[in-house]
Amino acid sequence: MTKLKRNHLFTYILVIAFYIAVEVMLRMGLLTSHLQGLLVPMVYYAIVAVGLNLCVGILGELSLGHAGFMCVGAFSSALFSNLTKETLPAAPRFLIAFVIGIAFAALFGFLIGIPVLRLKGDYLAIVTLAFGEIIKNIVNAVYLGTDENGVHISLKNAMGMGLVPEGKVLINGPMGITGTPRNANFTIAVIVLLIALFIVQNLIDSRDGRAIMSIRDNVIAAESIGIPVVRYKMLAFTISAAIAGAAGVLFAHNISTLQATSQYFGYNVSIMILVYVVLGGIGSIRGSVVAAMILYLLPEMLRGLNKYRMLIYSIVLIVIMIINWSPAIRSWREKTFGRKGRRQEA
Amino acid sequence: MSEHLLQVDHLSITFGGLRAVDDVSLSIDRGELYGLIGPNGAGKTTVFNLLTGVYKPTEGIVRLDGQDITGHPTIEINRAGIARTFQNIRLFRGMSVIDNVKAALSREFSYSSVDSIFHTSKYRKVEKEMDKRAQELLEVFELGAHRDVLASNLPYGQQRKLEIARAMATTPKLLLLDEPAAGMNPNETAELMHTIALIRDRFDMTILLIEHDMKLVAGICERLTVLNFGRVLAQGETKAVLSDPEVIKAYLGDADN
Repeated sequence: MTKLKRNHLFTYILVIAFYIAVEVMLRMGLLTSHLQGLLVPMVYYAIVAVGLNLCVGILGELSLGHAGFMCVGAFSSALFSNLTKETLPAAPRFLIAFVIGIAFAALFGFLIGIPVLRLKGDYLAIVTLAFGEIIKNIVNAVYLGTDENGVHISLKNAMGMGLVPEGKVLINGPMGITGTPRNANFTIAVIVLLIALFIVQNLIDSRDGRAIMSIRDNVIAAESIGIPVVRYKMLAFTISAAIAGAAGVLFAHNISTLQATSQYFGYNVSIMILVYVVLGGIGSIRGSVVAAMILYLLPEMLRGLNKYRMLIYSIVLIVIMIINWSPAIRSWREKTFGRKGRRQEA
Repeated sequence: MSEHLLQVDHLSITFGGLRAVDDVSLSIDRGELYGLIGPNGAGKTTVFNLLTGVYKPTEGIVRLDGQDITGHPTIEINRAGIARTFQNIRLFRGMSVIDNVKAALSREFSYSSVDSIFHTSKYRKVEKEMDKRAQELLEVFELGAHRDVLASNLPYGQQRKLEIARAMATTPKLLLLDEPAAGMNPNETAELMHTIALIRDRFDMTILLIEHDMKLVAGICERLTVLNFGRVLAQGETKAVLSDPEVIKAYLGDADN
């Protein structure tokens, strides 16, 4: 077994150990209901961070719109679940909701990638930033409903749809989607995280992964050895968007009212996820998972401290940055744990 | 099969008003070790970039093995059989030594993205073969012991070697080496000459070499083209070219100044 494979295995073990520990604490009643409510969000942010790391750390392209892909996954899947909640049993419905959320997020990633990934430079960051905001605003503006005459859509208000009184409002503009069945739970979220890890880690340790990383390290050299750069950029970016979409599905099915607010899908959320990736170590998948979980939990845990909450949070960010990237501490870590090359350990 | 492996006719490129390469013609035979020399800014690397599709020539034709590859994309030219190294080393610095070579083997040892994600039995089989082949290549360049080292952690001389190994992994017909001895000490240069001779014998490789180091050029190249200000100054057998007064003048300057 190579070092890389051992490393990847350790990530799965870590996630499973975390899951067991949480389950035990749940059974023993050690978690407050506030903390219990944070479990699923913690995991879906870890999932987006894994997806974003594929884009930022492995492919080397900056995306500032992963909250937008989450939004696409959330709304497309919530729409489906709401339409079929009376006709389909929960398990297959949730499974299909995943397929739909992932497919739509991947489709948007693919469509954005077609023009943008052909360019050299930071265009992807600019376009994805805009995409995230546009998607959020479009969803906020749309009123969608169904009745016996079919699907109605309006960009003005709920009345504008012209539904018959028995008609069903699906997306109520800025009020969003209400009544999505809450199918997501901690166990399902962890399973999705494990699947995301499986896909990304396997990809890294393969022909495709090496091609993607070679593009990150040197595009000109990658072309000189015959690697089709645009194709692999598209592959990595689409998978990355799809994973964010999966996190969006969990999001939508863990909340009673799904609204496209800045708090959940704004660019600040995309930046927050980027912070998880950077502080977890760019290119280190395990780091993304750990950082996302800790850094999501921390400000929530500090709510009691109110005023000082963000102050402490920012100090923690700085400390983590120092610990992760200072040469002295890295060399100490290499000596102590016998590890080399953070990027390689991915 | 055409007579020459590489046939370049009247190659030119203009950047704005500057003719960086002006009417350069040369032909390289199979198995030959050919040198491209000239003072700084003579257009040597530009010729390499034209041959490998980084730049598209304004005029002229490039034929590899009779096939017209003028202005084709870099990837296709690599597939047609030209591999290169770079003057300022361009390794995949964040990847291990063996992964650098494996990245270049990915066309020959192929499987689908689905195999990549699910690590199917095909993945395992092909990866095993690829690993064996990559290891063999590394052994040739005496890098076998460093297979898991990060490429950026290799000493300079070995980075140069790894770049050559990576180029060789694409099984080229023609290998372009851009100043392989740049920045090397005499010991490393001697070792490099040995490596180049080794590649040639072992793989029957045709090599086009850009070089500043006259000793290296005189020692191993059979024929030379000398460029100056983008034009061909002299061409032919190494010994004759190096004693040409025009070439000496271009390198050492006139007696007057």
